[in-house]
Amino acid sequence: MARTLFDKIWDSHVVADLGEGWSLLHIDRVLLHDLSGARALREVAERGHALARPDLVFATPDHAVSTAPGRTAETFAGGAATLHGLRQRARETGIRLFDLGQPGNGIVHVMAPELAIVLPGLTLVCGDSHTCTNGGVGALAFGVGASELTHVLATQTLMQRRPRNLRLRYEGRLGAGVTAKDMILAAIGRYGTAAGTGFAVEYAGSAVRALPLEARLTLCNLSIEMGAKMGMVAPDDTSFEYLAGRRFAPRGAQWEAALAAWRALPSDPDAHFDVEHSLDASAIAPQITWGNSPEQVVAVTDPVPQPRHAGDRAALDYMGLEAGRPIAGTKVDWVFIGSCTNSRLSDLREAAAVLGARRVAPGVTAWVVPGSEQVKRDAEAEGLHARFQAAGFEWREPGCSLCVAANGETVPSGARCVSTSNRNFVGRQGTGARTHLASPAMAAAAALTGAIADVRSLG
Amino acid sequence: MQPFRTVTGIAAPLLRANIDTDMIIPVQRLVGASRDGLGPYGFERFRYLADGSDNPEFPLNRKAFRTAPILLAGENFGCGSSREGAVWTLMGMGLRCVIAPSFGDIFHNNCFQNGLLPVRLPEALIRRIAEAVEASPGNARVTVDLERQEVITPWGEAVPFAVDARKKQAMLEGLDEIALTKQRAEEIAAWQARDRAARPWAWDSVS
Ligand code: SF4
Repeated sequence: MARTLFDKIWDSHVVADLGEGWSLLHIDRVLLHDLSGARALREVAERGHALARPDLVFATPDHAVSTAPGRTAETFAGGAATLHGLRQRARETGIRLFDLGQPGNGIVHVMAPELAIVLPGLTLVCGDSHTCTNGGVGALAFGVGASELTHVLATQTLMQRRPRNLRLRYEGRLGAGVTAKDMILAAIGRYGTAAGTGFAVEYAGSAVRALPLEARLTLCNLSIEMGAKMGMVAPDDTSFEYLAGRRFAPRGAQWEAALAAWRALPSDPDAHFDVEHSLDASAIAPQITWGNSPEQVVAVTDPVPQPRHAGDRAALDYMGLEAGRPIAGTKVDWVFIGSCTNSRLSDLREAAAVLGARRVAPGVTAWVVPGSEQVKRDAEAEGLHARFQAAGFEWREPGCSLCVAANGETVPSGARCVSTSNRNFVGRQGTGARTHLASPAMAAAAALTGAIADVRSLG
Repeated sequence: MQPFRTVTGIAAPLLRANIDTDMIIPVQRLVGASRDGLGPYGFERFRYLADGSDNPEFPLNRKAFRTAPILLAGENFGCGSSREGAVWTLMGMGLRCVIAPSFGDIFHNNCFQNGLLPVRLPEALIRRIAEAVEASPGNARVTVDLERQEVITPWGEAVPFAVDARKKQAMLEGLDEIALTKQRAEEIAAWQARDRAARPWAWDSVS
């Protein structure tokens, strides 16, 4: 029978069929970050279990660490005990920890593809909803809560109910200045934040095939913002070229065997999807959110929309915006380029390309937080940090930073921030902070003009 | 896990859509925190005013709803971050059941891991229950019976709800899933041995 990419990975990982759509699935890789990971390791120990397969578990501190230049574990005092706990448990259990300052350290969903910990056809979980990012290499990757994470650590398996299949096609060519971030924000704006609930999403179509691998990770990153735990792109030559030679990628004859297996993964031509949507990629303009949910998004050329219900009115009020006025031109105070959505080398290159010889507008605080130690080193090797610094950006250490405000780094109350992250929730970047989600290029444009601006108009 | 069979009591309305887990518990409260004692921080950005006093506009601050064991919510409740702390927080506030038109997937799973029952009902019906509750604050009671899969409205109507059979059983009995899975240790080991032979690249690349 014809099967989807998702079906093939799911079926090949069923250890036991539990009936009524439930399976006990094998989990090939487990990622841990400082917040959820340290807690889960403690829980496993306290409940008297050993780690089932420490060789399949990888950890990195990212959430509750400072990203200030020269930071140590103690710079953000609130996270120090958590990080020390993670280090100690990593030593006791033998799992691999990529600590601050080491290659491999970084935001968990940036470092996993970078090191090829995640590979096509694998199952992977992490105690973090943006684990769906890893689906960009063609893996079945999803976020779990603390209890499920504990279950995986103790058994290397997880009881899951099979989700349904949804395919989202993007056909046509993206316009200049339009990125994967705009593609996914446009879809969330059109279909809503619950459209993917209960589904595994496959992104397909000519515009997706044309995306470089890092952009596919961005696309999959916001699957959870559309309600889907899992988002994926079928592996192809773009994926294989990206993975080849990375630290945990197969080598030699095993690489050849893996390639053969991966080439069989894409959805069969006549595979059944329970729901299909299609978008014209060429019609997508750069996007910017105006509210407190990623579905509250418009093209940067549009006005702030009229509220449809009380939730919209509350969002306009929180964001300090007036319906009917153009969103472009809204003054901004902060710009954040970072997060597991948009902090990879290609993102930093795109943002730097917008800068030219211009400078950050007076009164704007602008940060670049590379997604990993490796991204930071690569960017510095090609001089990107110097270009950002010359323009007036702060160049920082890798971590989640202003995406989550769990690390002492916050946007002040009432301040407006254009952010390349994935959540514009009330208080996400700090109590009272006003977040507008956008692509790295749009964030750079906002930094230069001191206002929300259409990157295509900058020249 | 705390087993759940049935609960009867006040239902507090909080009908806004897309209540995310950041709203339920800000991440700062979870850095280094234990799972107990989170209740006072539940919805803190909405529940308290800048000076730390109670925000009188927040529904759960109203006297009639302070001890409610049931929450009536809007669509996509619990979307966003996978933090299980959101469930621990709601339970810390004394809640045992959330009734909403739809839930975030990961939050929905997390509820069943802890004994907080998420019940899906049509939005229009939830609005009617909220109206009945508002008409008689503190008196109108709702019953949620997991065994029978019924919600008894304040006007006495029994409304059926759907729940996954496996999750229902686990919740009624307060099952320890890790212990259950560990009984399959041999099956898991056999699967791994077979897979390692079939996909050596998936194993050797990290060993
Ligand atoms: S960067 Fe933001 S969204 Fe990504 S893992 Fe960190 S906190 Fe989560």
